[in-house]
Amino acid sequence: MAVFEKITLSKAINASLRASMEADPKVLIMGEDVGKLGGVFRVTDGLQKDFGEERVIDTPLAESGIVGTAIGMALRGYRPVVEIQFDGFVFPAYDQIVTQLAKMHARALGKIKMPVVIRIPYGGGIGAVEHHSESPEALFAHVAGLKCVSPSNASDAYWMMRQAIESDDPVIYFEPKRRYHDKGRLDTEAIPDPLHAARVAQAGTDVTLAAYGPMVKVCLDAAKVAAEEGKSVEVLDLRSISPMDFDAIQASVEKTRRLVVVHEAPVFLGSGSEIAARITERCFYHLEAPVLRVGGFHSPYPPSRLEDEYLPGLDRVLDAVDRALAY
Amino acid sequence: MTVESTAARKNTRGGGKRTTAKKASPAKAKAAAPAPAEAEQDQLVQLLTPEGKRVEHPEYAIDLSDGELRGLYRDMVLTRRFDAEATTLQRQGELGLWASLLGQEAAQIGSGRALRDDDYVFPTYREHGVAWCRGVDPTNLLGMFRGVNNGGWDPNSNNFHLYTIVIGSQALHATGYAMGVQKDGADSAVIAYFGDGASSQGDVAESFTFSAVYNAPVVFFCQNNQWAISEPTEKQTRVPLYQRARGYGFPGVRVDGNDVLACLAVTRAALERARAGEGPTLVEAFTYRMGAHTTSDDPTRYRADEEREAWEAKDPILRLRTYLETEGIADQAYLDSVEEESETLGKRVREVVRTMPDPDTMAIFENVYADGHALVDEERAQFAAYQASFADAEEN
Repeated sequence: MAVFEKITLSKAINASLRASMEADPKVLIMGEDVGKLGGVFRVTDGLQKDFGEERVIDTPLAESGIVGTAIGMALRGYRPVVEIQFDGFVFPAYDQIVTQLAKMHARALGKIKMPVVIRIPYGGGIGAVEHHSESPEALFAHVAGLKCVSPSNASDAYWMMRQAIESDDPVIYFEPKRRYHDKGRLDTEAIPDPLHAARVAQAGTDVTLAAYGPMVKVCLDAAKVAAEEGKSVEVLDLRSISPMDFDAIQASVEKTRRLVVVHEAPVFLGSGSEIAARITERCFYHLEAPVLRVGGFHSPYPPSRLEDEYLPGLDRVLDAVDRALAY
Repeated sequence: MTVESTAARKNTRGGGKRTTAKKASPAKAKAAAPAPAEAEQDQLVQLLTPEGKRVEHPEYAIDLSDGELRGLYRDMVLTRRFDAEATTLQRQGELGLWASLLGQEAAQIGSGRALRDDDYVFPTYREHGVAWCRGVDPTNLLGMFRGVNNGGWDPNSNNFHLYTIVIGSQALHATGYAMGVQKDGADSAVIAYFGDGASSQGDVAESFTFSAVYNAPVVFFCQNNQWAISEPTEKQTRVPLYQRARGYGFPGVRVDGNDVLACLAVTRAALERARAGEGPTLVEAFTYRMGAHTTSDDPTRYRADEEREAWEAKDPILRLRTYLETEGIADQAYLDSVEEESETLGKRVREVVRTMPDPDTMAIFENVYADGHALVDEERAQFAAYQASFADAEEN
């Protein structure tokens, strides 16, 4: 228990996993290369050394098998934390997640619980090869029975992981891999926000930027630039994609009257679409402009030499801010 | 028996009921198949012949009391009666669908009675006989087929997991559960049921890999009932299914799936292996789906009566009854009492199903999450208000 003035997001997750394993002997870690190697991003570094191979399990290279056996272990009373090595590798496990994991509690009329956390390093911006940069969160948020969260900073990464592991529901925990090395403050004795509550990352009055995970930093940077131009931008860190804290978005929009949603995932039927629809219903008479969305295109994630154009950057976010203010 | 069944199927194929193309295709597959029928016969464990004669097997002995033998007979008769009642209830519109186990009673009762209370079962949607052995009230199985729930029984009450409809998924759950048993240091075993069709699923292959790598205490009980809806086993595999285990590094055994004694002995041995820390076993129970895949299926479109008739001669209940009668283990009075009991069961099932209430509408929003979810709460409230608006209108 300590205060870390500067801890990277990945080390904060590591500290969270460690604390969770110390607190509850039923917490297990499973995945490809999570043991001796400590994961390809070193998020589980040192855990197998300290907790043993029985609790930090290097698995065969089979994602459906990892999630399917995690379900079985949860049925036995364990709380598995599963790592899917990269976003684009989750689909072999999609059936087990959507068809089995998400529905098990309901099928048993509540008599069994599925406390499984699935960690997915996601998103682009690291110059990776194909299938290593995707943002599939909407594909999971669409499914009843799953909860989806994505931290943007070290403190949230720590606390949201602790809370996800304590949750009796399956939680897909999307880790913003390009923010793994970003440093932040962490107080492991603080009182955390609720897992599914949004947070105002930067207060403002003219327009709201809503984002989660890796895009929060881009939005905060955009707010700084906009401030220099005399525009007051509020940045909302949504943190949770399912459930979504629509009350917090509504409160912000009732103040600023303009909303731009930013995510790396494709815009079409993405989480921004749902936010736009619901905020239009909730705030119709407050809105001065249509809800705008900035995100990926309806194309496969491009080769990395093109990803800076594909991903929402400062300019595209500021362009949307300008468009919202132009109404 | 394998020779007989292969011959029967060959005859069926040449029986003139199929198109030329359909005849040619399996014949080609047969010609190229690497495993000759003789080898399969060598591997088939049998303790009770179709004629009801006890035979010995060098590896699998079984010594049951007369009471236990009668019990197996009773289990099979009652299971078949329950199954028939469910089929009838579907025909009467009381159930939306039924997946009959007709013909597979020995495989299910034999394996089911090999289990200890602390063992854990992961079934498909056809394991009504295993459910019976676990003490699950048969009427509980009917809720999902009537459409009042999607399972609904408490898996931990009888260590019998919910029925799994998507083929093969449960093999991984069983493996993970077994890995948990292993971590707990318990000596329980886990059994995963699946069929010949499921053997093609990646999840089954992955469960073989995981269980072998971790030496998990799990038994894979594959009921090869020869048909995956309309596709014969030849469409799933080029080798006898039990031989798949070899490639994963654990033993596989083919048992006469219509022989309740052999199924019991083989499963018991596999469970003991698991308990002793010797890892997984694949049991292939060679049996036959006497009925349709489900009540929605029409097997006359893809298989001939002759094949079914050949298997009828190997009926699991008939052969045990012959044995019990010949050996004087069960008299007519006992057989009659079981018959009477089965009628009582059928009547009870009928009554329970016909009076099974529909769930409350708001059940749509229940148990979606264990810890709640804001969206579900919002939609529940909106829908309740919407429904209440009709009540208001009526009052006005």
